[in-house]
Parts: sequence; C-alpha cells; structure tokens
Amino acid sequence: MTMRWFYYAAPQTFYGLAGRMWPWLAAIALLLTAAGLWLGFGLAPTDAQQGEGYRIIFVHVPASWMSMVIYLAMAFWSVLGLTFNTRLSGMMTRALAPTGAMFAFLSLWTGALWGKPMWGAWWVWDARLTSELILFFLYLGYIALTSAIDDVRRADRAGALIAIVGAINVPIIYFSVKWWNTLHQGASVSLTRSASMAQLMLWGMLLMALAFWAYTLAMVCYRVRTLIIERERHTDWVQALPDVTGALA
Amino acid sequence: MNAVFTLVVRDLRLAFRRKAEVLSGLFFFVVVAALFPLAIGPEAATLRHIGPGVLWVGALLASMLSLPRLFDNDWRDGSLEQLLLSPHPLGLLVSGKICAHWLLSGLPLVALAPVLGLQFDLPSEALGMMALSLLLGTPVLSCIGAIGAALTLGVRGGGVLMALLVLPLFVPVLVFGAGAVQALDSGLGAQAHVSILLAMLLPAVFFSPWACSAALRIALE
Amino acid sequence: MRWESWSDFWFMGGYGLYVWGSMGMTAVLLLLEMVQAYLAHGRALALARADQALENP
Repeated sequence: MTMRWFYYAAPQTFYGLAGRMWPWLAAIALLLTAAGLWLGFGLAPTDAQQGEGYRIIFVHVPASWMSMVIYLAMAFWSVLGLTFNTRLSGMMTRALAPTGAMFAFLSLWTGALWGKPMWGAWWVWDARLTSELILFFLYLGYIALTSAIDDVRRADRAGALIAIVGAINVPIIYFSVKWWNTLHQGASVSLTRSASMAQLMLWGMLLMALAFWAYTLAMVCYRVRTLIIERERHTDWVQALPDVTGALA
Repeated sequence: MNAVFTLVVRDLRLAFRRKAEVLSGLFFFVVVAALFPLAIGPEAATLRHIGPGVLWVGALLASMLSLPRLFDNDWRDGSLEQLLLSPHPLGLLVSGKICAHWLLSGLPLVALAPVLGLQFDLPSEALGMMALSLLLGTPVLSCIGAIGAALTLGVRGGGVLMALLVLPLFVPVLVFGAGAVQALDSGLGAQAHVSILLAMLLPAVFFSPWACSAALRIALE
Repeated sequence: MRWESWSDFWFMGGYGLYVWGSMGMTAVLLLLEMVQAYLAHGRALALARADQALENP
C-alpha cells in the first residue's frame, strides 16, 4: 500500500497521472458550475430580508471555504514534505498557493460587495472577514517567501515551515479576532446566513463549492505538471516528452 | 544549561558593544508613540482611548524591527554554523539567543511603555496593565519573530519579507495585549486577557525554539 | 424561470451592481488564473526545448 503511494510520489509518474486527471476535473468543474448557477440564479427564491442581493453567497461562501481548505491542504503537503523529504510535496504546496490566495481575495471582495448593501459599509470588521483578511496575508507571505529564495529546495522547505506555523496559528487568530469582535461591538455584525436556509439556496451553494473544489484540483494538477517540467527538465524522461521534442502527440 | 547561559551572556555582551543598534529600536518606539497624537490631535479623551492600541502596535513594530539582529550578525561571521555543529541541542541554544534578544528588545519596552502612556493620559492602573501585558506579550513576539528571522536569513528583501510573514502571526498577541488594557479601562477586568496571554506564552516558549532550529537548518543546509 | 425578462435579471432587484460585481470578479479572476497557468506551462516547455537544443546541437 505504501509502495503505491510512493510510486505516485515520483514526479515522472505523477506527471502522467495529473495529465490524465485535469481535463476530467475541469469538465466536472464546468458542469457543477453550470448546475450551481442554474440552481442559484434560476430556481432559488428571493430572500425575505436581503432580496436578490443574497445571491452573492453562491460565490462568497464557496470561495471562503476553498481558501481555508486549500490552506489546510498546503499544511498537509508541507508536513509530508518535511517528514519524507519528497520533492513532489513542495510542488503541490506551491501549486496550491496562488489558487488559495485568489479565493481568499475573492472572499474579501465578494464579502465587501455583500456588506455594502446589507450593512451600509464596504468593510466591516466582522470576525470572519477579518480572519479571512489575515489568511490572505498568510498566503501572500508564503508566496513572497518561496519567490524570494533562489534555491528551490530551500524555498520549498522554508515555505513548508511557514505554512505549518501559519496553519497552527489560524485557529488561534480566528478565536482572538472573534473575541475582539464581540468585545468591541454590541450587536453581532455577521455575514453568516441564518440556520434556516431555503433548500434550493443550500444546494446551489454546495454545488458551487464542489465546482470550486473540482476547479482547484484541476488547476493544481495542471500547475504541478508545469513545475515538474521546470524542475526536472534536465532528465531524460522530460526531454523525451512529445511536448518537448515537438513530435505530434 | 551552562552553554545556554554562556550564549545569553555572549549575546548581551556583543549587543552592549553595539549599543546603537539596541537603542535605535527603543527610540523608534518612542518616536512612533509620538507620531500618533501628532496625526490624530491632542484631545485627551481620544488619546486615552487609542493609547493602549498605539503603544502596543508601536511595541510590536519595534520588536519586529530588532529581529533581524537575532541571527544576521552571527550568520555573517560564521558563528551560526558553529552553533549548528555544536554537540548541544540546537533548540536549547536558540532559546538562549531568543532570551537575550528579549532582554535587549522586549524588556526595555515593558519599562518604557508606562512612561509613554503618560503622554496618552492613561490612568495608573492602565499603565500597570500596559506593563504586564507587554511583559507577557513581548516574549511571545520574540519567539514567533525568531522563526521568521531564521526563515528569511540572507534572503533578498529580508526585513520587509519577515515583517509580512510575522505580523499576521502577531495578531492574537496584539488583540489580547491591547485588549487587556482596554478591558481594565472599561471596568470589565482583564483576568481573561491575562490568562490567555499566559496561555500563549507557555507554548510559544516551548515550541518556538524547536521550530526555529528547523528553520535554521533549512536556511543553512 | 424566476425572471420575467433579461432586464429583470440584470437589475437583480436593485442589487445588480453588487451581485454582478461579485460574479464578474469571480469570472475575471478564474480566467486570469487559467490564462496565467497556460502561459507558464508554455514557458516551462520552451525552457525544456532550449535545454534540448543545447544538448543536441
């Protein structure tokens, strides 16, 4: 069982696997997006309090979820990489980071656009938005660190360490921001939905979340292939690839 | 343990030979604390309100600015590599360095902040809590910051990059540190804040030397 | 369908700016990311081809 996992940990094997997977994942992402948007914009009812403006949740909530899931995934690959010293782990983490940062930014942007009509301000120091902002900074920190170090192996491992330290701190940060938020504001200003959400809204949100997930997987597979080529381009097997030799695939 | 003590004394001695480095960090704190009233206005009520926050942010930034000093000089003259090669556990040696750093850059802030608090017209209990919260908080800042300093050793744009890495991680300390003073002010009592600061201090002191050693090995190998 | 006309859809009950501002930014970012990934892949392949040219002149 372990041998199989380590088999796929070899860049050469993973290159092939990822190459077969990403088109399917992309297609799934497209289908799920279409279904989610159809449900969310075509079928879901108008909200009693927020009118049509609530429909932003169909991207806001999935983006927030993905930004957190991706960071956890980065921490997971980082632990793996530092423990087993596999090259692929570092590549996976690097491939995840830009998408995670993008979703974090999207969460903030859509959060602001949701907050303006609902709460009257482009930014509210809501516990979740503030934590999301700090998560965005953590992503930027990882990307900045790995870009600044020239030696690829050192960059990967330094990045892995900061990703792990960040991941450990995220719950602490969230807790402290929540505390800070409740202390300084009377009523809880929150962008969470109430527990009783119309079925269609919930399903639309879930479909979009799955769509973003499939998109992320596809993007990561694609990006890791790029990283593999960049780093392993001196090897025979890369030189022999039809994409490189120019032969028709 | 003898080795750790020797290391702390060595770092302190080296720092005293280059007093300017240490003192400029402290003067930075003083200057920053003076900038805010200049920017916001001298109204006493406002200053009392923002005082704890301003002083905490100033202490945080001053602490952060002094972090590169932790490993840079040793790295440049090769003594850091020697530390890595020594038979003593690296985590222990690193904790000695962090301790020395805190004594030079953190502890003075604890003494300075109440004095600067007078500029913000803070009442005496607030000044006391300011000192206590900084006393508990600045070691955490040194511990977490050390990890950032180790990771960015010799990297282009090191100082700013380290700030970007480390400031988000400082947020919990800031929230509870400044919050402690404000809680006291509003009559809610700062028991919870102090307990949480303590709860952050203990794991930081225990785990950060370990993470820092890992970071140093990554940086130097 | 919920909407009586296309203009109702764009108007989105008065929230058009916010809803389409969100959806629009999402689309833009996703597209940009895909384009950037595609271009990066092309650059990596070019690098590999350049190496090949060096080794097999």
